[in-house]
Amino acid sequence: MNAPFGGAELHDCRDAFVATLESLGEADQEIVAVCNDSVGSTKLGGFRKKFPERLINVGIAEQNMVGVGAGLANGGKIPFVCAAAPFLTGRALEQIKADVAYSETNVKLVGVSSGMAYGELGATHHSIEDFAWIRALPNVPVIAPADRIETAAAVAWAAEFVGPCFLRLSRVGVPDLLPEDHAFKLGKANLLRDGSDLCIIANGVLTHRALTAAAMLARDGVSARVLNMACVRPVDEDAIVAAAEETGAILTCEEHSIYGGLGSAVAEVVVDRKPAPMRRLGVPGIFAPTGSADFLLNEFGMSPEGIAGSAKGLMLRKG
Amino acid sequence: MTPRELRILANRIRRRDLRAVFEAGAGHIGGEMSVIDLLTALYFSVLRVDPGAPLDPGRDRLVLSKGHTALALYIVLAEKGFIPKDEISTFLKPHSRLNGHPNRVHVPGVETSTGPLGHGLPVAVGMAKAAQLSGGSWRTFVIVGDGEMQEGSNWEAIMAAAQFRLESLTLIIDHNRLQQGARLADTNDLAPFRPKLEAFGWSVLEINGHDMEQICEALAPSAAGCGKPKCVVAHTNKGQGISYMADNVAWHHKVPNEEQFKQGMAELGEAAA
Repeated sequence: MNAPFGGAELHDCRDAFVATLESLGEADQEIVAVCNDSVGSTKLGGFRKKFPERLINVGIAEQNMVGVGAGLANGGKIPFVCAAAPFLTGRALEQIKADVAYSETNVKLVGVSSGMAYGELGATHHSIEDFAWIRALPNVPVIAPADRIETAAAVAWAAEFVGPCFLRLSRVGVPDLLPEDHAFKLGKANLLRDGSDLCIIANGVLTHRALTAAAMLARDGVSARVLNMACVRPVDEDAIVAAAEETGAILTCEEHSIYGGLGSAVAEVVVDRKPAPMRRLGVPGIFAPTGSADFLLNEFGMSPEGIAGSAKGLMLRKG
Repeated sequence: MTPRELRILANRIRRRDLRAVFEAGAGHIGGEMSVIDLLTALYFSVLRVDPGAPLDPGRDRLVLSKGHTALALYIVLAEKGFIPKDEISTFLKPHSRLNGHPNRVHVPGVETSTGPLGHGLPVAVGMAKAAQLSGGSWRTFVIVGDGEMQEGSNWEAIMAAAQFRLESLTLIIDHNRLQQGARLADTNDLAPFRPKLEAFGWSVLEINGHDMEQICEALAPSAAGCGKPKCVVAHTNKGQGISYMADNVAWHHKVPNEEQFKQGMAELGEAAA
């Protein structure tokens, strides 16, 4: 179960990913998918059915998977290398660094079931360090879409873009948040709700929670701006600076450790360009206890009520 | 090139390598001396590559997975015309593109950046897979060190290459029996390689990795249809060609002093005569 969201229909972003990939694959035969025995969890069954030769399953071998992706790119292919985010980024980090980032290969890394989507399976299966790990590498944009519309747009962008990138997808259902005709722009945040008292910046499955929190805050007379910031690298510096200038306080929410992720990226810009009070919500530097994704997000203060409460606390620190 | 011409060229490359290590005050000379004959034969007798079109989609691919012997690759690439010969003197100098491990983005002819071990073979598997998918006729070669075969990622790639029936892929193991700090046999003794690779579904040849006739014969295209990737176990010597270095574990990345440099150049000079 996900956080309550007014009964809106929820969608698994993996479905938008594979639907887009299959459609792109029809038009461009160089598009291939590489996976690690994860046809089911990456939902690549349809792609395999349509393009059996172009689904390259290397077995349970993530280091080889990423290296094979780099080699396929060298040979003119456009590989989407898909796996559960913790194993893609953790197990194959050096391959991502040397074969993809440093070699600047046209590899699209797709980490699914990211964050704490695997909930009760435990911290080994959580991917709450991947923003930090990949963001520290040159050349690899880090993108966490908020809904199926942004996912489809980001996948289409990735196929066109020449160079590596990391798409971080969840398996937790989210409602539609962006306009149907949304076009993905690298490093550009989306203003989903304007406001003047503070700005909540979120991405991935947190964006809709942030919007719900903003609606709650409005009922209490607090005007909260909500920015959806899928790109953790490059971040939208101008939107951050504008938020600091115009609202005077920034609250970040992410399904990631508070060390090195979206909140850190935003804080770096705030410190460098427009100091303002900030609060970073996320996993507070611990291995999460047992619980569902929904339970854990709430546990770490990221229920809509929790986000709204943190927003009010932050407001008290405004000058 | 005839085997004799290849030998003469390899000798010249050894001398340039020794001088560059001496002048730079760093390098991995032992492994460079062991791999130079293989690289020379590949670039001057086997690979279909064009320095004028280093990214030609149909080119053969060579991956030097033992990236710490980059200097040997740079000199061979310079001899072939991919980079200027006089650029070798910038090896390891500030802002030179010729650092201690080859970089794909900055050095034409380098197919993938290597350095950390166990990376080249998975990438080569991807290259050969791309050829298979596209119906491309290019061949993919990858040179690994024998110690490097201790990396688990190589065995992931070995399994995948057999599963994918990558006939156009050739793995060359530079089997000089020494790793950085000790003999392979005293560390994690993978030898003999042949039965292990055969058990994983590869066809395996063993050659003297300093014999140009044997290298060229082993790397010539095989008749298609066996469905197996090929492994060439090249028996080599670390420090080959310089008496005090040969088969001596101390010379992984030691730098010769002036007397040793002169002796090495003299020995190589005599061998060339």
